[in-house]
Amino acid sequence: MMMALHIDPKKCTGCLQCELACSYDNEGVFNPAKSRIKVFNFHDEGRFVPYTCTQCAEAWCQQACPVDAISVDAKTGAKVVSDSLCVGCKVCTIACPFGTVNYNASTGKVLKCDLCGGDPECAKACPTGAITYVDANWTGLEKMRAWAAKTDTGARAAN
Amino acid sequence: MAWAGKILRVDLTKGTCKDEPLRMDWAKLYLGQRGLATKYLAEEIDPKVDPLSPGNKLIMTTGPLTGTNASTAGRYSVVTKGALTGAIACSNSGGFFGNEMKNAGYDMIIFEGRSAKPVYLYLSNDVAKLMDAAEFWGKSVWDTEEGIKAKHQDPLIRVASIGVSGEKGVRFACVVNDMHRAAGRSGVGAVMGSKNLKAVAIRGTVGIKVRDFKAFQAAVAKGKKVLADNAVTGQGLPKYGTQVLMNVINEVGALPTRNHRDSQFEDANNISAEAMAAKRPTDGKANLVTNAACFACTIACGRVSQIDRTHYTVAERPKYQIASGGLEYEAAWALGAATGVGDLDALTFANFVCNEQGLDPISFGATLGAAMELYDMGVITSKDTGGIELKFGNPKALTEMAELTGRGEGFGAVLGMGSKLMCEKYGKPELAMAVKGQEFPAYDSRGIQGMGLTYATSNRGACHLRSYTVASEILGIPEKTDPLKAEGKAGLVKAFQDATAAFDSAGICIFTSFAWTLDVVAPQLDAACEGGWTTQKLLEVGERIWNLERQFNLKAGFTAKDDTLPPRLLKEAAKSGPAKGLVNQLGQMLPEYYQLRGWTKDGVPSNETIKRLAL
Repeated sequence: MMMALHIDPKKCTGCLQCELACSYDNEGVFNPAKSRIKVFNFHDEGRFVPYTCTQCAEAWCQQACPVDAISVDAKTGAKVVSDSLCVGCKVCTIACPFGTVNYNASTGKVLKCDLCGGDPECAKACPTGAITYVDANWTGLEKMRAWAAKTDTGARAAN
Repeated sequence: MAWAGKILRVDLTKGTCKDEPLRMDWAKLYLGQRGLATKYLAEEIDPKVDPLSPGNKLIMTTGPLTGTNASTAGRYSVVTKGALTGAIACSNSGGFFGNEMKNAGYDMIIFEGRSAKPVYLYLSNDVAKLMDAAEFWGKSVWDTEEGIKAKHQDPLIRVASIGVSGEKGVRFACVVNDMHRAAGRSGVGAVMGSKNLKAVAIRGTVGIKVRDFKAFQAAVAKGKKVLADNAVTGQGLPKYGTQVLMNVINEVGALPTRNHRDSQFEDANNISAEAMAAKRPTDGKANLVTNAACFACTIACGRVSQIDRTHYTVAERPKYQIASGGLEYEAAWALGAATGVGDLDALTFANFVCNEQGLDPISFGATLGAAMELYDMGVITSKDTGGIELKFGNPKALTEMAELTGRGEGFGAVLGMGSKLMCEKYGKPELAMAVKGQEFPAYDSRGIQGMGLTYATSNRGACHLRSYTVASEILGIPEKTDPLKAEGKAGLVKAFQDATAAFDSAGICIFTSFAWTLDVVAPQLDAACEGGWTTQKLLEVGERIWNLERQFNLKAGFTAKDDTLPPRLLKEAAKSGPAKGLVNQLGQMLPEYYQLRGWTKDGVPSNETIKRLAL
C-alpha cells in the first residue's frame, strides 16, 4: 500500500518533537535547524502548523533538477535527493511551489523529506497524532469520518 | 556529550566575549543548569555584593538534557543574586530559548560587569558580539523580540529580553523569552537591566549529541509513556493547564485571598480553568484558544488565550486582541484572588501586560494585594495612587497598575519596590506576605502545612517550585499526607527539595515530577552523558546543591531568623474552610528540618555535612 504523511494542524502543540526526530535520523544530531519538517507558530492566532514535502506525483523539484539527482523511491513514492549527484544549484528550491526543498550551506546539497525509507520518524515522534503516516489513497478518511459524524442521518433513521 | 562543554563569558564593562571550557569536574558534582551555574556564581562573586551593582553576575544556563528530545528538555535558567531578595536566585523558563543556546554550542553564558550603554548579545554558533541596543531601550519585550528578528532578517532567532520594568529596576522584573515564557521570579530582569543588557538573541545550528543514542531513545520513550499514561501529565495539564488547581485549592481552604486576609475566594470559579474554557455570550468563543507546548514537551500545559473584544481593556486597543500567553494558576491567583478581582478578562489582560513588560505576575499581584490592604486601612490614599481607587476587587486598579508598574511610572514605581520595601516604606512591614523579600505563591500555608516550611526554608525566598509538597498533601503524589498536620512534613520538604534541585539541574521541567521519579530521570541522564548517573547519585547532587545555595545565603547575611513566615500566618487563624482556626505550625517543623538536613540549631550546615557532600 502506498502511504503518505498526513498532517492535522489542529492537534499540533508546537513541541518540535518531529523536528528533533527528523534531525537526528538524518543528520545524527538533535537540531531543529537541520530538520526537513518545520513547525510554524502563528503566535497571534494560537495556531501551530507542521509543514513538509507532500511528495508530489509529478514533482516540480525532480523535473527541474538539471543533473537528475532527484529520483523516486519505488517502495515509498518519496522523491529522494542523491547527495552524490546533487551539485547544490538550488533550482529545485525555486521549482518547489511549497518551499519544502531547502539548501544546506554546510554540506552544499539540498535537503528534503525522504519519508525515512517508509517509516517516518516525525510521525512516530509526534505525541498528539498531528502527524500520521496513512494510506495515500485515503488521507481524507479521518476528516470525512469527523464530518460524517456531524450529519443527522442517524437521528432521522431513528425517527 | 549532552553537555556542550563550553561557556561564553561576556564582560559587559570591557565589551568582550570569550569562550571557556566548561568545568567538567564541577559538572560531575553539580550536573548542570541550576546546580552548576550556582557553583560558578558562588565561586565568582562576593555574596554580600549589591545585586544591582556591576559586581553581581548573571548566568544564563542549560542542563545536560536541554536540547535533546527527552520530554520537556528545553529548560534554561537565569542564576544571579536576586534583586528582590538579595538571596541566591535561579529562575527557570521554558519556551525555545534554552535549546537555541545549547544548539549554538554553549552550556551557559556568564555576564559580568556593566555596559556603559544599552547593548544586546547576538550569538550564532561561533559568532558572539555585543551590539548597540539604543533602538530597543525603552521598548517592551514584544517589540524588542520582533525588532531584533527584523534587524537580523532572521525569524528563527530566539530572544530573551527585559521590558521597561527591568530597565527601570522594578524589583520583580523578569527575563522573558519567546514572547511569553519567563525566568520569572526574584527580580532577575532587574539585574539584567542594571547591566544595561537589553536582550540576548541566539541562533544555534551546531547540533547536540548524546553518549549512547540507542539507550537514550529507550529511556526517553519510556519517560514519554509514563507522562502520557499519568492522569495529571497526560490529561489534566494538557486540557486544563495548571489552572486545574484553582477550584481544588479553593475547596481545601488554601487559596490566599486579599493579601491572605482570607483563604477562600468567592470568585474562584470565575477565574478558573473551567471559566477559561466556557463560551462567553458576546461572541460564543472561549477565553482559552488552545494549549501549547514548550520545546520537546509532550505534556503541553501552556495556555493561549484571547480576551473578549468588547472588554474594556481591549475594546479600543487592537494590539491586545491577539491570542497570546494565557493564565497559569499562579498568575490567575496573584492577579485575581490576591487582589480580590474576579474578572477573567481583566486578569488575562494584566497577564499579557506582565509578559509584554517583563513583570513577575506572582510578585506583582501579591504586592498589589498588599497595597490594596494599605489602601483599605487608609495608609495609602488616592492621592498616592494618582486617583486610582486601589480597592480590593477593582479590576481597573489591577489593569491600570499592571501597565504603570510595567513602565515603572507613577504609583507603579512604588509597587515596583516589591511588597517588603513598600510595606516598610508605609510603616507596616508585617503586611508583606513574603519570605526573604519574595512574595508567596498561591498556597495558604495555614491550609497546607508543609508549604509553610517550604516557604520559610526556600533558598530563593517564598516559592512553590523548591518543594511542591502540595503534590503530596493535596494531590496524593507520591502518597497522600494530611495537609492540616505538621507531623512528617520536615522529611517531606527535604525530600522534595533535594529531588527538585536534581530535576532542575538536568534541564527538564519540574512538572514531569507529577509522573516521574528520579528513577525515570536517571536512565535518561546516564545515557545522555558521562558520570554514571543513578537515582542515589542524583539525590546526593540535589542535596549538595541545596546546601551550596544555603551557604551562599548565609554568606550574604541571612540567618535562621529569616527562615520564618509573616505573623499573619503564624498568629491569625484561617477564617473558613477545612483549615478554619489553624495557623501554620512552623515552630514544630523547623527544628526537625534543621536536624534532618545535618544543620546546627542555627541553621548552618555542620562540618560533617559539608564534608559528606564534598562542598
